[in-house]
Amino acid sequence: MATIIKDITLQENIPQNILFEKHIDFIKEYGQKENNFEYAMTDYLRISGMYWGLTALELMNASPPHTIEEISDYIKHCQDPESGGISSCLNHDPHILHTLSAVQILCMYDNLKAIDVEGVVKYVKNLQLPNGSFTGDKWGEVDTRFSFCAVATLSLLNRMDAIDVNKAVDFVASCKNFDGGFGSRPLSESHAGLIYCCLGFLSVTNRLDIVDRDKLAWWLCERQLPSGGLNGRPEKLPDVCYSWWVLSSLTILGKLHCIDANALKKFILACQDTESGGFADRPGDIPDPFHTVFGISALSLLGNDTVQKVNPTYCMPQHVIDRLQLKPQILDN
Amino acid sequence: MSDYSSDENDDYVLYKNRPEWSDITPLAQDDNEEPIVAIDYTENFKDCYDYFRAIVQKKEISERALELTQTAANLNPANYTVWQYRRDILKGLDKDLHEELEFVEKIILKQSKNYQVWHHRKVLVEWLKDPSKEKYLTEHVLSKDAKNYHAWQHRQWVIKTFKLYDGELDYVDLLLKDDIRNNSAWNQRYFVINNTTGFTEEVLRQEIEYTLSRIREITENESAWNYLRGLLLHDKAGLSNNTTVKAFVEELYESNNRSPFLLAIIVDMCLEQVGAGGGDSNYSAKRAVELCKDLMEKFDTVRANYWQHMLDSIGSESGEGTSGN
Ligand SMILES: [Zn+2]
Repeated sequence: MATIIKDITLQENIPQNILFEKHIDFIKEYGQKENNFEYAMTDYLRISGMYWGLTALELMNASPPHTIEEISDYIKHCQDPESGGISSCLNHDPHILHTLSAVQILCMYDNLKAIDVEGVVKYVKNLQLPNGSFTGDKWGEVDTRFSFCAVATLSLLNRMDAIDVNKAVDFVASCKNFDGGFGSRPLSESHAGLIYCCLGFLSVTNRLDIVDRDKLAWWLCERQLPSGGLNGRPEKLPDVCYSWWVLSSLTILGKLHCIDANALKKFILACQDTESGGFADRPGDIPDPFHTVFGISALSLLGNDTVQKVNPTYCMPQHVIDRLQLKPQILDN
Repeated sequence: MSDYSSDENDDYVLYKNRPEWSDITPLAQDDNEEPIVAIDYTENFKDCYDYFRAIVQKKEISERALELTQTAANLNPANYTVWQYRRDILKGLDKDLHEELEFVEKIILKQSKNYQVWHHRKVLVEWLKDPSKEKYLTEHVLSKDAKNYHAWQHRQWVIKTFKLYDGELDYVDLLLKDDIRNNSAWNQRYFVINNTTGFTEEVLRQEIEYTLSRIREITENESAWNYLRGLLLHDKAGLSNNTTVKAFVEELYESNNRSPFLLAIIVDMCLEQVGAGGGDSNYSAKRAVELCKDLMEKFDTVRANYWQHMLDSIGSESGEGTSGN
């Protein structure tokens, strides 16, 4: 019964711990000295990039590389006075992905006053379509990712009243598949990243009752491979960012104990770049802030107490969620 | 027309050296005194985007602006502002959108995992109301990466919007012949049937037959088993009462097959029967417990914790003692 499984083999000398100093330097230096072309190439995701880097630093108990005033001021200048939305960087159009990232950063630093909050509320509200779904920007691409961004943003601002939540739930429910998972739109293939978005959405809206809990938990557990890593769909390679999405989903479902935590920890630790710092998608690949924040967050969910506790719904430090007195729904074991 | 965007092109002329751009003052990336700026990227890139920023600020709708966005899009197709501005210009100048289809097709074939290029394509198809090239384009992309999520999403949108379901099941079949574990293709199968005939009794019978024969070829196939379970959602009798499926499953088990997916479905059949009051004594809590143990210890050790959890929940529900506690 030889079956070829798409997976990787871990090397021998895997770091036993999180390489804090290296990661902190990696994040702080990212885009400063290093590889400036890449920095310029990624201006379309600058604010989200800041969220990944700054959240990673906070979870590692490290201070940000700039003052909170500087960071807030930058975000403030990315807010479009007309629509109220926030863009990835100056001279770009606003997008809901960056709007959420901006709000997450400002909540972390308790400095929402830096932006026009009512403008953000108006922006998100205007992205909702009659069927309850959300577009990401004025061009109308619909995706369950944007449903999550919308409710995550508004709940952080304590303004869920601005949208039609029931219709929003109906749309997300219509994206539930026969295998228990969720896709980007109705009948789109189940995908771990989108499952996280939909469960995150349902956690914020307190509507996890619509989930086929056991079926979905099994589908998520099926993502674990012999290397310990998790993939995002059947027959795909393991990847650190999927470790986060699958793990946070299982946590929301109250089924975290179903995973082989030790094997997964080993896989995630193996994705650290021992020279440059940072986490990569897989061992030996080039590290980046995106996989770094999700690697650290996943280790936090797995109980690593050398980093701060992360909230599985918002991917933000738990102490921030507590300060905001938010209680996203998490199912009991 | 020469392709300005190619870095390898010796004839490439920087915008600052093009006479038709001499009236524009390029606008360097200004991150508003934000300290994380340090720019030293390639000259072409900086040159193009400095002019791009300048022209966006002017909101200029012109041929040269259109050409500039072409270079900018080629240099960085993920930059969503470039595409949005380009669409404004296309509309403003009333351009031939078929040419634009060809342009974006070239970029899609190089950058097929990029949200912006696919969205641009979708908007063009909407404007043109012409889906005739979309199946071919997505097939081209899927021939290189059969699970490309963007391509599938685009294909589903086109098929649904323009009612192009004809022949789609044959295409799915083709993909499954190539890779029987292609989860995207199985999902597409569900999409087509759900949106056309629906899962009538007759369709259900045929689909179960089809799926069982695919499982027979390779039994360790998560996607096919999941599809089978998806089909049985439409069987009013449930997961554990379909005689064809039951016969198949038992025959496979008898032949000493121990695919985790086979054992897992028997576990669920047992639990369904037990939950419904145990009509079929072949599907008992005791059998489920034994299978979970086998899965945990021998056949699906990666998921040992999952099966332990399953054992615990069977124990607490059926009152049977398990090794868990
Ligand atoms: Zn990844």
